[in-house]
Amino acid sequence: MTFLEVRDVEKYFGTNHVLKGITLDVDEHQVICLIGASGSGKSTLLRCINGLEAIQAGSITIDDLEVTQEESRLNFLRRYVGIVFQSFNLFPHKTVLENVTLAPRKVLMKSREEAEAIAEPWLTRIGLWEKRNDYPDRLSGGQQQRVAIARALSMQPKLLLLDEITSALDPELVGEVLTMVQELAAEGMTMLLATHEMGFARDCASSVVFLHQGVLLEQGTPDQIFTNPTCEPTQQFLKRVIEAKRI
Amino acid sequence: MNQIIGVEGGPTGPPSMRIHPRARLALGLSVLGCVPLLVLPGIAAFAVASDAERRIWASEGAYTGHDQIRTARRLARIGIGIGLATLVAFLIFTQRHGIGTVREVFFKPEFLRGSFPKVLKGFWLNVQIFFIAEALVLVWGLVLAIFRIAPGRLGAPLRWFATAYIDIVRGLPAILTIVLIGLGLPLVELPLFKDFTDFQFAILALTIVYGAYVAEVYRSGIEGVHWSQTAAARSLGLSYGQTMQHVIVPQAVRRIVPPLLNDWIGLQKDTALVNVLGTLEGFNLARNYNSNHSTLTATTVLGFCYVVVTIPLARLTDTLLKRDQRRTTGG
Repeated sequence: MTFLEVRDVEKYFGTNHVLKGITLDVDEHQVICLIGASGSGKSTLLRCINGLEAIQAGSITIDDLEVTQEESRLNFLRRYVGIVFQSFNLFPHKTVLENVTLAPRKVLMKSREEAEAIAEPWLTRIGLWEKRNDYPDRLSGGQQQRVAIARALSMQPKLLLLDEITSALDPELVGEVLTMVQELAAEGMTMLLATHEMGFARDCASSVVFLHQGVLLEQGTPDQIFTNPTCEPTQQFLKRVIEAKRI
Repeated sequence: MNQIIGVEGGPTGPPSMRIHPRARLALGLSVLGCVPLLVLPGIAAFAVASDAERRIWASEGAYTGHDQIRTARRLARIGIGIGLATLVAFLIFTQRHGIGTVREVFFKPEFLRGSFPKVLKGFWLNVQIFFIAEALVLVWGLVLAIFRIAPGRLGAPLRWFATAYIDIVRGLPAILTIVLIGLGLPLVELPLFKDFTDFQFAILALTIVYGAYVAEVYRSGIEGVHWSQTAAARSLGLSYGQTMQHVIVPQAVRRIVPPLLNDWIGLQKDTALVNVLGTLEGFNLARNYNSNHSTLTATTVLGFCYVVVTIPLARLTDTLLKRDQRRTTGG
């Protein structure tokens, strides 16, 4: 069943045309990887789906509810669409536990105890329950990013958007975050992720989407895209990636 | 000047012996610093010499000595020393004859003792005004700041109101606002304000004035929190208000403590302005004492009171700032 429908989406930043008629479907339990060079519109697309950016034409529908800039609708939608950012964006003035429990308490109106009961299994699973009372600046980048993922998951989202979540990490910390995403994928979480980790995309994605200068150029199984890309820009992009040893 | 340093190389000299134009300037300034008995040229020479030194070593790589630079620095230091000594001598010379009068006007011991209890009593009122106004300003400033950045069409009237308020109040000299509020409002006989004492009007006026300044401090703090924090909070489903309350304002408040305390010090001092309302606070009581005894000593005493209160606050600002830096840079 189609869970997320993106139809002919156009997005401008001023005169800069960043998304040009993007159309994309995401079914439940699918893991879709968005690949493409920097500035191809991957992050913007994710931010539009979450309503953090307004679109100028087309439509985005999540679970039969259209994403608009209407305040109450966005607040409702965001309860089950989580997003994790490249730069973690943890709340620096709150402890790990407070970061994870804030949204359940304030948005889902859970009591502190209930919210902590939601947070505990996630924090235990990422091995940071012991550090629950630390502030984010005491954690490594990988730990912070895992907390950020736990924070998004604490809202029990039906769709998780991951915006280049390993790009700001030191290479040796990438693995621990990707492993966590892999486990989520195996558990059936519906995910749409922008990534530069081609190896990860090849192993985990149910479908890979190549964006080029705001246009969705190609979509297919990882096999099709990585071994048999049909479009010229896709071939060039993958060639550069291979040369940079990112695959 | 060439004799002083003795290393003037012509255009044919080795590069390291040629006088750098900046070194030449420094030398000139340092000589100037010795002669007209002023400190500033000496300091300027020192700065120029240091800068020239840094540049030369940065540009030529290896350490080549550059005696002329070091000479320039030494001369500059001597210039500063001579200038300072002359300044002190000058002050002592001019004050020797006038010192008696100075004591008579500002520091007469019997007046110091005599005026202290009266001035202190008045100053206690300033302290009360200050503390109450402070608390009100903290709240009012935040309200104004939130109005000022209220989003969307719904927020437009709030934004408009807050912008106009802040522009007008900040554009007016504080003493005008105090007069308009403190002397004007009682005459209008508005229901709520009819029974205000001048003490209460003083607090109201200062709150109105400083609310505008503090609102801008809050606003800069709020806008200083990176937008990604808003994105993170909103994406979790928090509303605009919740995002402000739980994520943005707590972070903003932390970083505005120093400028906020700065405004507090300003507010403390400006409690003296309410003297125009006729309130029997420090300034007025000191003035009364002065005119009865032909002196300014009581005002000196009042000044002492102010400094005793404001300096600890300034130190507190520093301490908080340091602690904050320690915390954010991690242990």
